Amino acid sequence: MNFPILSTLIFLPLISSFFIFLSKDKKNNFSSIYISLFSSIATFLLSLFLWYSLDVNTAEFQFVEEKSWINNFIKFKLGVDGISILFIVLTAFITPICIISCINSVKDRVKEFLIAILVLETFMIGVFCSLDLVIFYLFFEGGLIPMFLIIGVWGGSRRVYSAFKFFLFTLLGSVLMLVAIIVIYWLTGTTDITEIYEIKIPKEHQNLLWLAFLSSFAVKMPMWPVHTWLPDAHVEAPTAGSVILAAILLKMAGYGFLRFSIPMFPYASEFFTPLIFSLSIIAIIYTSLVALMQEDMKKLIAYSSVAHMGYVTLGIFTFTKQGIEGSIYQMISHGLISAALFLCVGVVYDRLHSRLISTYGGLVNYLPKYSLLFLIFALAALGLPGTTGFLGEFLILTATFQKSYLAAILATLGVVLGAAYMLWLTKRVIFGVTQNPKIQTLSDVNKSEIIMLATLAFFVIFFGFYPMPLMETFSVSVNGLIDNYQLALNNR
Amino acid sequence: MINNLNILLPEIFLSLSIFSILMLGVFIKKSFNIVFNLTSLILILTIAIILNNPNNEVKIFLDSFIRDSFSNYFKILILISSLFVLNSSKNFITENNLDKFEYPIIILLSILGMFFMVSSNDLILFYLGLELQSLSLYILASIDRDNLRSSESGIKYFVLSALSSGLLLYGCSLLYGFTGSTNFDLIANQLTKENVGAVFAMVFILVGLAFKISAVPFHMWTPDVYEGAPTSITNYFAVVPKVAGLALLIKFMLIPFSNILLEWQTILIFISIASMILGAVAAIVQKNIKRLLAYSSIGHIGYALAGVATGEISGYESSIIYISIYVIMNIGAFSCLYLLKKDGQYKENIFDLSGISKKHPLLAISLLIILFSMAGVPPLGGFFAKFYIFTAVLEKEMYALAIIGLLTTVISAFYYLKIIKTIYFDDSFITLEKVKNKTAKVSIFLSCSILLTFFLYPAILSNIVSSLFAN
Repeated sequence: MNFPILSTLIFLPLISSFFIFLSKDKKNNFSSIYISLFSSIATFLLSLFLWYSLDVNTAEFQFVEEKSWINNFIKFKLGVDGISILFIVLTAFITPICIISCINSVKDRVKEFLIAILVLETFMIGVFCSLDLVIFYLFFEGGLIPMFLIIGVWGGSRRVYSAFKFFLFTLLGSVLMLVAIIVIYWLTGTTDITEIYEIKIPKEHQNLLWLAFLSSFAVKMPMWPVHTWLPDAHVEAPTAGSVILAAILLKMAGYGFLRFSIPMFPYASEFFTPLIFSLSIIAIIYTSLVALMQEDMKKLIAYSSVAHMGYVTLGIFTFTKQGIEGSIYQMISHGLISAALFLCVGVVYDRLHSRLISTYGGLVNYLPKYSLLFLIFALAALGLPGTTGFLGEFLILTATFQKSYLAAILATLGVVLGAAYMLWLTKRVIFGVTQNPKIQTLSDVNKSEIIMLATLAFFVIFFGFYPMPLMETFSVSVNGLIDNYQLALNNR
Repeated sequence: MINNLNILLPEIFLSLSIFSILMLGVFIKKSFNIVFNLTSLILILTIAIILNNPNNEVKIFLDSFIRDSFSNYFKILILISSLFVLNSSKNFITENNLDKFEYPIIILLSILGMFFMVSSNDLILFYLGLELQSLSLYILASIDRDNLRSSESGIKYFVLSALSSGLLLYGCSLLYGFTGSTNFDLIANQLTKENVGAVFAMVFILVGLAFKISAVPFHMWTPDVYEGAPTSITNYFAVVPKVAGLALLIKFMLIPFSNILLEWQTILIFISIASMILGAVAAIVQKNIKRLLAYSSIGHIGYALAGVATGEISGYESSIIYISIYVIMNIGAFSCLYLLKKDGQYKENIFDLSGISKKHPLLAISLLIILFSMAGVPPLGGFFAKFYIFTAVLEKEMYALAIIGLLTTVISAFYYLKIIKTIYFDDSFITLEKVKNKTAKVSIFLSCSILLTFFLYPAILSNIVSSLFAN
């Protein structure tokens, strides 16, 4: 057994959060910020090393770690493949950015905030590494605790309501998944997903189990009609919380579909495709329309997240190479773009303490650097060619056309609506006449904000023009996924 | 005969020590401290004696007394939990003028009763043990006799508990009448499904036992007694008798009633579902922490009963794991109550917790861990307790029970979250006194660290528990 790199990756943030807990500094919380920044960057470098050393020419799980955990029952099994590695890198990339962002925005109980972020990072990386259903559930659910506290302690005025809604919605969805996991154990005698792929779950059980998993993933994704917790949670969460929520927590469900729903329940996945298609289309069109009407910037971006996630589910359930690759790409891209947009909102929120669109207007005259960055991300969000936002949507729409013209046409309508709300937002916030005299006194982005936003902007444009590094990473794994799926369907 | 006495050594030691410290308490003035410390010593020594005794199954006294790994596990659990409960509450006892030397002695007597309960293999011995325990508990509930609430709760508990004991005894006599024996093994051989009278007897016995572990619909006494009795007693009530009661229930299902599985399963499923639902729903509106913990314990007993209701060894194992983790969580939760002191008064309202996370971060985070664990959120210990239960329940394909159980965990998560909200989200109104209570802090620390690190190696507990049923 080699060096347990995945366990290190998972538990490094947890261990450093323990050190922050022990650290004692009254002034400015410098040591906690440095410890957390250092450990999260170390985690990021480690994840880059993992990405670098991963063999992308095989769909097998690599760096597999296996330890007996509960006797003859559950193994503590970790591993990565081409699909999960990108989410791990994304998580490790977003976390240091969140920590930098909290230097400006979190004033109260900074130490506890950093502990919560790092514990959350542990759970998030754990979700993407685990190859055992119970371990997956453990990490998937465990993330609720720090996120609940982040929203509730550091959130806005309606934080209690939002935190409760977030926690209870997600828990309600997940307990059904727990039932399904235990039932799978009794059906197959194992919770190790590589073994379940081999054993194959009997056809007659697949539909119910698939629905149980859906109940969890649909809430987490979020899919229409269980998306209502997301706008509330986003609006009330502090900037770093919104960023993590949008960039990573929402991706867990998409990842869950790819890792669990499709390979374990191929028949059910095929059977329920119309359901997923309709829900996705409703999500895309309905939430885009809702986004148009929002007066709160964070709420608008939250609704646009639901719409973007609609594309992801649409792409995954086309079961074609373009569709699934497009979905993964869209998730990564949305992780970068929505994180950046929430950070942008955070920047002006820290200065004026208002998220209302009407407060702003004409920012371009006084905050030119900020306006440029905001414009880049807004254009990326509406899918401008040359940014990451374009490629994902394009691939997904191409794949959807192969499956259903109607769905594709309706989904394309969503692209237009997306452009509408994003451009209108930009017009009202960045351009136009300065109504509010306070805006004249605002300072432009400071150094730490420039670092965060420029890094994100760089990657959004870089991967927009040169997607190959990402595509090559998951291409073979996606092929493996589709092959197995087709094989399972042909064997009936 | 001498060998037989060896087997009884823990019980003999315990009863002799009780008599001697009783003498000590009577003849020495202001003897509370000495008696209290001796009691702790006795508890530790008894643990040592049990651990030194072999674990193999032996039946003595005409097969009425049984010593096996099952009973030894429960005895040790009872002893360890009483040790923690007693020691962490010492400050509370002295500050509230409850420091009468009878206090620890009565606790020891109730432990002796529970010892006979978990070791009984005969209806008579079982009933004697149960009554010794119950009588001690009546006194304990009303030990703060100048306090109206405490006396009221004592009386209430006494009247209702006596009624249930009566039902239980009636069930025992019916059982004797229909099977011609009081011995569990013989009863098991005699009982068949056609024996309608025996089913009646079983129902009566189940009612009695359900009362003792406060399962719905025999739970009415619990909130009042929990709230009325002094916190140190409530702590004891919430933990130790539940363990003994559940042990007895499992024993009944395992031996005498093993042939009429279907009949009692139906009842247990109902009791379990009712307890889970009531525990979850009724706790939402509570404002007093002790009352809330009463309802939460009703809910927890519901989950433990779901494991018993499967009628399988794996189900019994899961309930034993559940009750063990329940004990750990409750010791931690009640120990936190001993640190909630303001202006010389112990506080017990949820409101009194508001915003304590700013001034008392350690207490706040301990409560956070314990409450999330009670809610069953992974990766804390409480999740594994529920996980084992639902694994066993789903093995028997009892889907309705599992789904209702899991939905009630969501409902009950709501009120645990409400306390966490009070601690972390609300503004601070209250500054607590610094309480010098090291044992309570140690108990909280131990309970939290067990709950936090349980996920590293959950097999420890499940291995021990599955070895109980090895033969």
